[in-house]
Amino acid sequence: MHSTTVAPSPADNLLMGLDYSVVQQCMHCGMCLPTCPTYVETLQERSSPRGRIAMMRAVADGKLDVTKAFADEMYYCLGCLACQTACPAGVNYAELIETARAEVERRNVLGSPQRNLLRSLLLQRLFTSRRRLHLLGRILRLYQRSGLERAVRALGLMRLAPKRLRELEPLAPRMSSRFTHEAFASDYMATNPVRPAYRVGLLVGCVADISFAHVNTDTIEVLQANGCEVVLPQAQECCGSLHGHNGDVNTARRLARINLDAFDVNGLDAILVNGGGCGSHIKHYDHLLAGDADYEARASTWSRKALDIHEWLEQIRVRPPRGSLATADGPLRVTYHESCHLKHGQGVSSAPRKLLAMIPGIELVELTEADWCCGSAGVYNITQPEMSAKLLQRKMGHIASTGAAVIAMGNPGCTVQIEHGLRQCGLAARVEHPVSLLAAAYRAEA
Amino acid sequence: MMTASDPELTAALTAVLPAAQVLTTAEDLAVFAFDGTAILHQLPACVVMPETVEQVAAVLRVASERHVPVVTRGSGTGLSGGSVPCEGCIVLCLVRLNHILEVDTANLTMTVEPGVVTQMIAERAADVGLFYPPDPGSIRISTIGGNVANNSGGLRGLKYGVTRDYVMALQVAMADGQILTTGTKCVKDVAGFSLRDLFIGSEGTLGVITRITLKLIPQPAAKATLLGLFDEMTAAAETISAIIAAKIIPCTLEFLDRTTAECVEGYAHIGLPTDVAAVTLMEVDGHPAEVEEQAARIEQIARDHGARDVRRAATAAEATQLASARRTAFSALARRAPTVILEDVTVPRSRLAEMVAAIQRIAADHDVTIGTFGHMGDGNLHPTFLTDERNATEMARVEAAMKEIFQVTIDLEGTITGEHGVGLAKKPFLPAAVGPVAMEVMRRLKKDFDPAGILNPGKIFD
Ligand SMILES: Cc1cc2nc3c(=O)[nH]c(=O)nc-3n(C[C@H](O)[C@H](O)[C@H](O)COP(=O)(O)OP(=O)(O)OC[C@H]3O[C@@H](n4cnc5c(N)ncnc54)[C@H](O)[C@@H]3O)c2cc1C
Ligand code: SF4
Ligand code: SF4
Repeated sequence: MHSTTVAPSPADNLLMGLDYSVVQQCMHCGMCLPTCPTYVETLQERSSPRGRIAMMRAVADGKLDVTKAFADEMYYCLGCLACQTACPAGVNYAELIETARAEVERRNVLGSPQRNLLRSLLLQRLFTSRRRLHLLGRILRLYQRSGLERAVRALGLMRLAPKRLRELEPLAPRMSSRFTHEAFASDYMATNPVRPAYRVGLLVGCVADISFAHVNTDTIEVLQANGCEVVLPQAQECCGSLHGHNGDVNTARRLARINLDAFDVNGLDAILVNGGGCGSHIKHYDHLLAGDADYEARASTWSRKALDIHEWLEQIRVRPPRGSLATADGPLRVTYHESCHLKHGQGVSSAPRKLLAMIPGIELVELTEADWCCGSAGVYNITQPEMSAKLLQRKMGHIASTGAAVIAMGNPGCTVQIEHGLRQCGLAARVEHPVSLLAAAYRAEA
Repeated sequence: MMTASDPELTAALTAVLPAAQVLTTAEDLAVFAFDGTAILHQLPACVVMPETVEQVAAVLRVASERHVPVVTRGSGTGLSGGSVPCEGCIVLCLVRLNHILEVDTANLTMTVEPGVVTQMIAERAADVGLFYPPDPGSIRISTIGGNVANNSGGLRGLKYGVTRDYVMALQVAMADGQILTTGTKCVKDVAGFSLRDLFIGSEGTLGVITRITLKLIPQPAAKATLLGLFDEMTAAAETISAIIAAKIIPCTLEFLDRTTAECVEGYAHIGLPTDVAAVTLMEVDGHPAEVEEQAARIEQIARDHGARDVRRAATAAEATQLASARRTAFSALARRAPTVILEDVTVPRSRLAEMVAAIQRIAADHDVTIGTFGHMGDGNLHPTFLTDERNATEMARVEAAMKEIFQVTIDLEGTITGEHGVGLAKKPFLPAAVGPVAMEVMRRLKKDFDPAGILNPGKIFD
């Protein structure tokens, strides 16, 4: 085999540096295998959680090099954490995979000038600055709304684009007509309750901020209708999950510090997010910044208060809406798809269903394999289009058989992916965040 | 760095198999170096993933010609090291040989390839109103080939028996690549020696099972699931004995001790109290009226023997949840310690209370932590050492305690392994358990089936 390494030592191998109890926790019982989408699709042991952990342990033990094959496998993993839910032995897969990817990046085994440039552009330039994201958002919005996009598609101009870009173009989310802060400043600042029962901060997200702003404003509406004063700090940035999951721990830490500074951590009752991926990451700011003397204490308060919107609404006993979402044809048939990082990352599974079930006029039908990854997985649909397409197809089959008019889900990544799937299959259903359905039911009370 | 692949062997194998089915990279070898058993670890020379019986036979011919050992593997969940590679071997991984070939509702049989996951068989049978009872704790991932090769048990052994009781016919690839079939779909069949029964439980040492015809039975109409909570371990053991003495044959009589119950609760959050000495999971199935009557009697017997509480699952979903939680027991124990070494001792049911008491005493004597759970209705216990393989002094005490447990088992007329097989882990204890004549006959059989000794060498005996 190709030996690329000098003898590794704990100092220069992040997997070796991990607490050994994390590395050796897996007792290879295999109970996770049937829940792992990449194993079930390939039946390759190395593409299973048990296999990946064995490779990581071999690296930690100095028995295996950090090769390109190792690196590829770490990125072939969806990071969906289904294995972590399934593991009776309490293996902390999230920490293992993030550390393994960080080690891969540190060694630069996948490095190519193209990949390095793209990573630095995306991870270090774009997704660290809401200002730059907004700028990009405005350009895209102009493209999508000025008629230019329609013209490009009508003239078939995308055929001239490189293959990858052609594949990606339909995945680009629609830009919102107003980004979250614009909407907040003009419509919602003034509607905060006068004598609030709670003060909560809202993390608006990066992609969600510019292309799912309506989910953010629906969230604000629902919170305000339930006695919460909503605070939306201008200085907040992307939560850093993208960076954490892609081996860029330093940038993830930097973003965490910015957010800790931006929010009045001690004065707020809760720090809320409505995207599963963000929530699963921000809850671990304490772990991310452990040992950082300046931020440790603040981060641990933050982690105690950080909650997914569904958890919070359940906790404060959200008021059941009186307005009905039934249509002229009868009840609105809704099914619920579980975002991996809501279900497996945060263990939030029954709260969204209960919320949907309390809305009048909704007929809630269970989705087969509701918690099976849809293939979105952060940037996975971009980096691993083949596996992603397989998983999307599997998901769409189950969705089609529910006959649902609305697929509810609590994560922007899944939303983009499943909307793409709906278009591909020609299904008329639409995707909604559960909170948006709740907001609509409140509005229907009038 | 670790590397074990042998270029000549690889070339010979890629001559008979598509290259994508022959795995030789360091990454691929690393993930096949172990099974579900603690500590055992060995890299193979290569791994092959055949997709047809012909490919299996071709691999065996290559191995025979070159005298290369072949270690057959299903999902690698075995708990005696049966599919742990030996040096220089080919791992023959059968997970891609995974088709359900036929469901015969006229004869109540199902014919499958060996890589089919056990759960798929159970589900497919249920789809047509039939029942495949053997349900090892690993049911969601173990393969039927592994189940047959280990003659695996499960949670329903008490009433329904073990894998062997459901195997009607086998197709087997012999060491030299010849294909043998043994058994038929006939309920009665005495044509010659029952070779089928020799392959069941042979742990990959006599041949590679390539097709299996299974017996199915009708689904029981009703089921009741009860949970008994006990403050004394002996009270639980006596309850189990009393149920059997009362001529009730439940399908399931499982138990967890306090350590195990705590770990299971830590994972599954099903509301198991963790301040009890023992939890029993008791299930009866059959005709609704009979189920009702038996459930009531079991509850009474448990209370008479000092159960603190007896709960009954209100819904089928709750019953499934309880059984699923029980299946996680072994893995959940790993929450407690870096290394979990699980035993599989089995005693006649009348000696259960003695065995349970002995395990507790031995743990105390040797100052080791043992969590015990198991299929109490079968007399099959899984005392599990919670230890750390890097702690040499503790490992020495574990060894000593383990030896003593085996000795007590044999003294109580029990067996060193009820369902996990001998593999590597129990090999040293086999001669004492079965005696010299049986050892000699087994060796002679092995020599006849596999003259070159290429099939899973070093397993069961040397
Ligand atoms: C969490 C957990 C719970 C378990 N619960 C139980 C239980 O309740 N009852 C029980 O009995 N066991 C149990 N087991 C043990 C294990 O799951 C069983 O032994 C199972 O049958 C192994 O199947 P496998 O596909 O993983 O086989 P492997 O582990 O891959 O192989 C097992 C043995 O069979 C041989 N083999 C595999 N396939 C073939 C074939 N086609 N032809 C010839 N030889 C073959 C191998 O060489 C090896 O010797 C449990 C294991 C775990 C991890
Ligand atoms: S990750 Fe957990 S479930 Fe999977 S093999 Fe390891 S211990 Fe078992
Ligand atoms: S995170 Fe998902 S894809 Fe990765 S090993 Fe776990 S289950 Fe498999």
